[in-house]
Amino acid sequence: MEYTPETLYRAYRSMKLIREFEERIRAEYQQGKLPGFIHVYRGQEAIAVGVCMHLSDEDYIASTHRGHGHCIAKGCDIEDMLLELACKQDGICKGKGGSMHIADMKKGMLGANAIVGGGPPIAAGAALTAKTLRNGKVSVAFIGDGASDQGTVAESLNLATVLQLPMIFLYENNHYAEFTKSPKPDGRIAARAGAYGMPAVTIDGSDFFTVYETLAEAVERGRTGGGPTAVEAIATRYYGHFEGDPQQYRDAAEIAAARANADPIEKFLQDHRCKDLDPAQIAAIDAEIQSILDAAVERALAADDPTPDQLYADVYLSYRGETA
Amino acid sequence: MSNLSIREAINKTLHEEMARDERVILIGEDVASEGGGAYGVSIGLAEAFGKLRVIDTPITESAIIGAAGGAALTGLRPVAELMFIDFLGVCLDQLMNQIAKFRYMFGGRASTPVTIRTMIGSGMGTGPQHSAILYPLLVAIPGIKVVAPSNAYDAKGLLAQAIRDDDPVVFCEHKAIYTEKCEVPDEPYTIPFGKARTVREGTDVTVVAFSRMVLLARDVADSLRSQGISVEVIDPRTLSPLDDEAILASVQKTGRLVVLDEANPYCSMASEVSSIIAEKGFDYLDAPIRKVTAPHTPVPASPILERAYLPSLAEIEAAIRATVNY
Repeated sequence: MEYTPETLYRAYRSMKLIREFEERIRAEYQQGKLPGFIHVYRGQEAIAVGVCMHLSDEDYIASTHRGHGHCIAKGCDIEDMLLELACKQDGICKGKGGSMHIADMKKGMLGANAIVGGGPPIAAGAALTAKTLRNGKVSVAFIGDGASDQGTVAESLNLATVLQLPMIFLYENNHYAEFTKSPKPDGRIAARAGAYGMPAVTIDGSDFFTVYETLAEAVERGRTGGGPTAVEAIATRYYGHFEGDPQQYRDAAEIAAARANADPIEKFLQDHRCKDLDPAQIAAIDAEIQSILDAAVERALAADDPTPDQLYADVYLSYRGETA
Repeated sequence: MSNLSIREAINKTLHEEMARDERVILIGEDVASEGGGAYGVSIGLAEAFGKLRVIDTPITESAIIGAAGGAALTGLRPVAELMFIDFLGVCLDQLMNQIAKFRYMFGGRASTPVTIRTMIGSGMGTGPQHSAILYPLLVAIPGIKVVAPSNAYDAKGLLAQAIRDDDPVVFCEHKAIYTEKCEVPDEPYTIPFGKARTVREGTDVTVVAFSRMVLLARDVADSLRSQGISVEVIDPRTLSPLDDEAILASVQKTGRLVVLDEANPYCSMASEVSSIIAEKGFDYLDAPIRKVTAPHTPVPASPILERAYLPSLAEIEAAIRATVNY
């Protein structure tokens, strides 16, 4: 596959924006400036970006509790996301969703999801919309290896196969279901999905190019009526399950090795296809990202909290016949 | 006007709404089958609208409900069939944590216009896992609306409203009253949610009843009228939103309340209506509130036990008499 410099710079920028966004929110969280739980995506950036670069705002994704990378890759606004993480009234969900529910219908982002395995049936529904309207759109469900054991995922695999939905089951196998190491060998998850009757592959999720090229085929299959595809992307969870997780269940040497060997951004930059990228332009992208984040964090932390009356808003469009 | 059963009224409404709006689809188990599903409610729809819009699924309730929610979130107006409400047990997350919360947790920037049709109720010998009422579970969840019609006229107008409504609605069809008939206008119409219907006007006691229990309340009211007891029967029609104003106004007039609900007794609609009147209508009361409900047991399969489970005409009459004579 040929890659234009624009594509490569775009991929780099998106992965780097995810990385720096999360490093910044970790720092703010550690200082007590952000409430709630956050689940950091670092180590898996090539997956979100390699998938979402094939999607337009009219295509759909359903995300997971570890959703920041998917949101950014799908085009959610950084400042609106930071406002939401800070639970401010102008957040992307008006402060009512927080980190685990960031959603943006205008971007086809159907929500991060705090129920493990909650998203695939919803993504199947979005794929059903695309199939019904015959509009050539596709829907991607991001699924962790933990979620791969949920019944909702099995039901979605089956429904997508039976109805031949334009859907991609994108498993991110980082080998940990919360605090428990997966006993499954790599490839088992794809094999299960494939048993339903769809093409299913296991790939290196730390390699942007592999993800991008695998998804090119899967997305094309979906757009042209070829039905669902499953992709098991092997990944590394750089940090713990949640920010602040001491990871007592994980060997220090394993963490060190994972961090040293599986950085998707380093891997990307060292790839032969990136050898002609201009270091000055990379530096300019890095500087731009820092300035976006500096400004967005400052505005988010200074923004207004929700007022107590907003507790009652947006449960329904209209409950007792009042107009919304 | 036509004389239609509840089943025919629902079927006619589905035809009308699917013809009116091509975003309306029907998805569920056996809905496109020749017989029109387990009780024939969807008969003729697959022939009329094709299997792209009338979609038979595997037996997969989480995927049906979740996909209907996802399709609603992205531009369709799905009607999903959850064959029996008992099957909530295998798909509740998609309704309770996903569909019900989308609008709120996405900051009001999403709507989920899905209708979930489901069969409720006992009286048909369908046993412990096909006969429950369970709607109180759903009424307790913010973000969804719950409807339970007791006649064909209401079923038609409320289902049309449910399908056109931009919020998620669970439409509860009592399987033992599908054949109940009444006059129904031939042209489409909607009935707004949260507006109770006064089934019988009366002055001595208010009976609030839900779903099939409305028919029993009506029959008891008619029989007591000839004995000089004037019973007002209120059918809230929608459980969430509930027309508490109409109930309060009726109790203010009669001073007495009996609540009739086929649900199990604790945290039921009977509890809820009793609580509303105890809290806001205490001064109106000339007698204690009485509840007539199913017992705190599952629904038994034995016809003898099932009859004992269901509130009977005699129990209802006794409760009304006791309240009037207090």
